[in-house]
Amino acid sequence: MDAILIQILNGVDKGAAYALIALGLTLVFGTLGIVNFAHGALFMLGAFCSVTFNKLLTLSVKVKDEGVTLFEAFKEEPYLKIWFGDTGLAIIDYSVPLSILMAIPVMILVGYVMERGLIQHFYKRAHADQILVTFGLAIVLQEIVKATFGANPIPQPPPEIVAGSANVGLWLGLGESVVYPWWRLIYLVFSGAVIFAVFAFLQFTTYGMVVRAGMRDRETVGLLGINIEKRFTIVFALAAVVAGVAGVMYTPILPPDFHMGMDFLVLSFVVVVVGGMGSLGGAVAAGFLLGIVQSFASMNEVKEIFPGIDQIIIYLVAVAILLVRPRGLLGRTGVMED
Amino acid sequence: MKKINVNDTTLFLSFAAVILLMPIWLSPFGAAYPDLLQKFAIYGIFAIGFNILFGLTGYLSFGHAAFLGVGSYAAVWSFKLFTMNVLPAVAFGIFFAGLLALAIGFLSLRRSGIYFSILTLAFAQMSYNLAYSVLTPITNGETGLQLTSNDPRWIDAMYKTPEAGLPSTELFGLTMNGYPGFYFCAVILIICFYISLRIFRSPFGLTLRGIKTNQKRMKYTGFNTRPYMLAAFVISGMYAGLAGSLLAITDPLAGAERMQWTASGEVVLMTILGGVGTLVGPMLGAGLIKYFENIFSSFNSGTLHEVFSFLPDGLEVVVVKVTGLFVGSGWHLTLGLLFMIVVIFLPGGIVEGVQKLARLFRPKTDDDPQAPAPQKQAAE
Repeated sequence: MDAILIQILNGVDKGAAYALIALGLTLVFGTLGIVNFAHGALFMLGAFCSVTFNKLLTLSVKVKDEGVTLFEAFKEEPYLKIWFGDTGLAIIDYSVPLSILMAIPVMILVGYVMERGLIQHFYKRAHADQILVTFGLAIVLQEIVKATFGANPIPQPPPEIVAGSANVGLWLGLGESVVYPWWRLIYLVFSGAVIFAVFAFLQFTTYGMVVRAGMRDRETVGLLGINIEKRFTIVFALAAVVAGVAGVMYTPILPPDFHMGMDFLVLSFVVVVVGGMGSLGGAVAAGFLLGIVQSFASMNEVKEIFPGIDQIIIYLVAVAILLVRPRGLLGRTGVMED
Repeated sequence: MKKINVNDTTLFLSFAAVILLMPIWLSPFGAAYPDLLQKFAIYGIFAIGFNILFGLTGYLSFGHAAFLGVGSYAAVWSFKLFTMNVLPAVAFGIFFAGLLALAIGFLSLRRSGIYFSILTLAFAQMSYNLAYSVLTPITNGETGLQLTSNDPRWIDAMYKTPEAGLPSTELFGLTMNGYPGFYFCAVILIICFYISLRIFRSPFGLTLRGIKTNQKRMKYTGFNTRPYMLAAFVISGMYAGLAGSLLAITDPLAGAERMQWTASGEVVLMTILGGVGTLVGPMLGAGLIKYFENIFSSFNSGTLHEVFSFLPDGLEVVVVKVTGLFVGSGWHLTLGLLFMIVVIFLPGGIVEGVQKLARLFRPKTDDDPQAPAPQKQAAE
């Protein structure tokens, strides 16, 4: 029982990241009809927003170290500490969650520029062309990040107060053995909130209703005199923001490096396919499902029976789904079924 | 789509001549050393094979690197277990890649379009992950598969006394490195080109083009398109396996990174850069990419300072800094940009670009203003 709970918990935080990326991917596919191979790069850009923000906060100046009296010593002191004292230090401590504030406008900008500058010229071209051009863009973004931040992962600490682990087992009356890092719990809650916000936006606002109508039948919505392209551009920016904040919050779990986007992209595509192209609920469900499946497959007991299963289980599931039920778990009939 | 009034023999002979004379005409470009020439030939084979699938049928596979990797592994195992002779290695490489392609193709070809791309990508990633983890006894994981001095080499052991040190690959006594290695690859490349030419001109090739244009209609006219697609997929997988085994022949080492999906992306780029669905395009693209990769990645800030030393000092520093992003380890940035530029502005690749230019400079005739210049048609 404990073991199962631990595996589920381990699975859901990865699953949450898959779900957030896949949500944006499928949103873009459902609205713009674009297969965006650069979406993983947006996730990575978000993560590096957090790195940049942290660097900005910890901009330091050399000051004389008062603690050393024997000779003149210097130490690095962040400006924030000099200006605000302990409040400044607290701000630095919370740099990861605070960097969301920076990530949102940056990702909106990136998404907008990307859609207007590049993607909109590819609406009418073949899917193969879309895949290729966004694949090129992903390489470019990735290399720019590599040139700026170097090739090594840059660890980002979570705030001090949530650095430890939560004793989840005790809460559920299962004993002391089930512990789970606080930050992963936070990530889970956060991703749930983001997913809820996206769904609420699409479901309960007039704007979202028009977007959904456009996903169903773009032409008719256009004939009604609604500028659907403009709304879709905003949807693209929204997808970029979702991927970006997913990346920001993921940095304490996985130190960001330049190829993290590519690593997540392939899996997220698999998630989208399993969930059904263009199906939002499918993407979320499949994200969590595959995260958990992967986590179970990496249990030692399972690995003893099927060695290496943890490496390929996601792909196996995807292949099985594509061959048996090509529209995916929750995909609509007739959408990209052949 | 394409008129078959071109003199194919001329095309084939000039292709062979150009390839075989590469050591001579490439020397002014600083590219005429065997290692690089071997790469041209090998990746040319890879791209030509990929083009048989993507160019003719329009199915974009993102998993061809898996076949390349399997070809390499099979060849190195042949060196380890049987003999250092290259012919069995090539045979094994082609055979196992073909086998894998048959399995992957059988499943993937049930879907088309983007699903096909993702399926092949999934299979390739699966092979890559397996090569890194469970299959370590076969692939030697991260270190890569290498020759060792205590390999059995049963066939060689029968009639040869083992020498000290690692043996090198050979073709009946001819060592396969340097120029002999290149000429071996070049001859195979020319054979591969010939096969591809025959496929392009055959009813089989025509069927594949029909599938690209309108698969549904092909089915309505009574064609069972599946076997044709599978045949194209397996042939192109075998080309990739052949290229992989040649990589192992020129440098007996196989690593899993050859199977990574960025490697699959590279062959797509080569094909697109040269011209999808054309005969010489893929070779052209492969050569250009490998050439620029070689030139660009050898640059460092020192050579850049030399190149731009004519500029005033302040400007020079800036220019060196900016260009420094694109060369050396930043070569992938250039590759990505190139990828985007080609897809955006020149979807038909260099061959189309040349045809467009030729049309521009040719006086218009009344009967067929759209026809490209005859001498360029030869290079389609």
